[in-house]
Amino acid sequence: MKPLALVRIATGSIRKNTMRTLLTMLGIVIGVGAVIVMVAIGQGATSRIEEQVQSLGTNMLVITAGASSTGGVSQGAGSFNRLTIDDAKMLQREAVLVSAVSPVIFTRTQVIGGDGNWRTTINGVDANYSEIRDWNAVYGSFFIEEDVTSSRKVALLGYTVAEGLFPGSDPVGQMVQIRNVPFTVVGVLDRKGQTADGNDQDDVVLVPYTTAQNRLSGFSFIAQIIASAMDASQIEAAQEELRIIMHDAHDLGNAEDDFTVRNQTELANAATETTQVMSYLLAAIASISLLVGGIGIMNIMLVSVTERTREIGIRMAVGARGSDVRAQFLVESVMISVAGGLIGVLFGIGGATVVASMTGWSTQTSPQAILIAVAFSAAVGVFFGFYPARKAAAMHPIQALRYE
Amino acid sequence: MTQNIKTEHVIDVRELSKVYATGANRVHALRGVDLTVIQGEMIAVMGASGSGKSTLMNILGCLDTPTTGTYALDGVRVDGLTSDQLADLRNEKLGFVFQGFNLLSRTTAVDNVELPLLYDRIGRFGNSRELALAALEQVGLAERADHMPNELSGGQQQRVAIARALVTKPTLLLADEPTGNLDSRTSVEIMALFQALNESGITILLVTHEPDIARYAKRILEFRDGRLLRDVAVTDRANATDDLAALDLMVDEDDDDYPFTREFHQPDHTLQQTVPS
Repeated sequence: MKPLALVRIATGSIRKNTMRTLLTMLGIVIGVGAVIVMVAIGQGATSRIEEQVQSLGTNMLVITAGASSTGGVSQGAGSFNRLTIDDAKMLQREAVLVSAVSPVIFTRTQVIGGDGNWRTTINGVDANYSEIRDWNAVYGSFFIEEDVTSSRKVALLGYTVAEGLFPGSDPVGQMVQIRNVPFTVVGVLDRKGQTADGNDQDDVVLVPYTTAQNRLSGFSFIAQIIASAMDASQIEAAQEELRIIMHDAHDLGNAEDDFTVRNQTELANAATETTQVMSYLLAAIASISLLVGGIGIMNIMLVSVTERTREIGIRMAVGARGSDVRAQFLVESVMISVAGGLIGVLFGIGGATVVASMTGWSTQTSPQAILIAVAFSAAVGVFFGFYPARKAAAMHPIQALRYE
Repeated sequence: MTQNIKTEHVIDVRELSKVYATGANRVHALRGVDLTVIQGEMIAVMGASGSGKSTLMNILGCLDTPTTGTYALDGVRVDGLTSDQLADLRNEKLGFVFQGFNLLSRTTAVDNVELPLLYDRIGRFGNSRELALAALEQVGLAERADHMPNELSGGQQQRVAIARALVTKPTLLLADEPTGNLDSRTSVEIMALFQALNESGITILLVTHEPDIARYAKRILEFRDGRLLRDVAVTDRANATDDLAALDLMVDEDDDDYPFTREFHQPDHTLQQTVPS
């Protein structure tokens, strides 16, 4: 039988039962729509996290003090505070695969200035911190190498701090007091947003690490050294180079490292894995509604086969083979499910947009998800249409003709 | 695959038996029937219900297979064919007309007529739409091509069914009580159509209860208890067209103020056959 004739017959019988067909389709529409919305939410979350990881800085490597384990007992990174400024300086000197190195000294304290005071994190960093984290001043400018070497009392305010202390006015050139030490504000950092775990990256004040050591904390050892690899493809190599230099510098010989070098991909992977599991879970739940929609199709097709027994008998009497009848009903169920799938795609895209605008989550509808959803709905049509179609094909023409 | 026997016989049946076994009961629907039909015959099959005539029609129509015996249709040995081969044979060589018309509901007349052409496997027909319209023309319903069955009278519906049976240019036209659901005048009209078709060379075999209808055939077969009781040629064959003219005359004489001038293809009555949707 010609395919075109099959499609014509199927559209004909679908049109004869418009309401019923639409209701049957609804199951698939909802199923496909739900899958697309859920995948869009999941993928939106994943890409949001990737963006955030990217915002931490490109090609960034982080060295923290402490080994990941000592004699089999995990101490957790940071259990020994054994990073020093000298380590940072040596890495800057010796490592060839990194372009910039900066120590990071953390202190948390009150900052006074402008309209009031603000409790925030003070980071003592080198001038090239800006390059490593890909983070520039939006007003004023980042402090320069000379500010660091001469431990000048200059500060860069994070966007949140700047808004808190100097709402509606330009803080550049103003004075702030950190632990009673007056600092000149040289710039305001560009907005960086939240980290994946919800910390506001803009709630920070950057000062030269020398000033931080001399004037603020007095510690000679530091929490972190960050560095940036020359090239994204060399992150692993740079990571290993840093590890070897540090290992030698700490005279460890055969002993375990007392520091940890991590790169961003490791951080990112952990985060994306979590969201990926979430999106699979969402898609799985949505798939169940697609399954229910498929069962709806089977149900209606079974009713339709019984109802159209006489028609099947007539078709067989005029020369339709069993396979012709089977093909007719299969085409019909596939057409219902694919049409439902396509409508579902539209609803899914619309739904994802509505969810995004109502909740503020970022959603992302991917062409692959749409293709898979449509292909899957066609498969649902074949799978759930097969049994009714086979039942129709197996009818005996005489009994079918006599059916009342 | 198919065995050729003799070609001049449209139907060649030898020792045909059909036994229905339902549990312990064995019903002998046909007991050793011999029958030969040549091209151009018009045969009426008569008999009480349960006489085996329906079973014979089903077997002759390739809808059922005999338990024993042989059946050759237009030289093709039918017994022993698979259901697919039977379906192809029905499409190629047979046309069916049923008592209850058996048109597809909510499907236009022309679509109904076109139906058998959709299952044409050997590519005999290219322009199925034109052929369907031509067949409707042949039964005088060309102007009703786009009407649904429920918009047609019983007689018109049966005409559409006849057009559907004709459209594949079958070797044999089988009609199972074609006038059973029609009033007497419409019955005569349908028989006139059958006679005209027979004149054009189509072999027709029809089952009927009514002796009046059987008179229009050339040969009558009478069945009883699964056996062929009588096989007689009709000597005083009636002409349906003449009878129709006589009927019109009677109406004119009986009823002077009969308001319509009856025409052959006019919607003849409003009786609606219930066709399952």
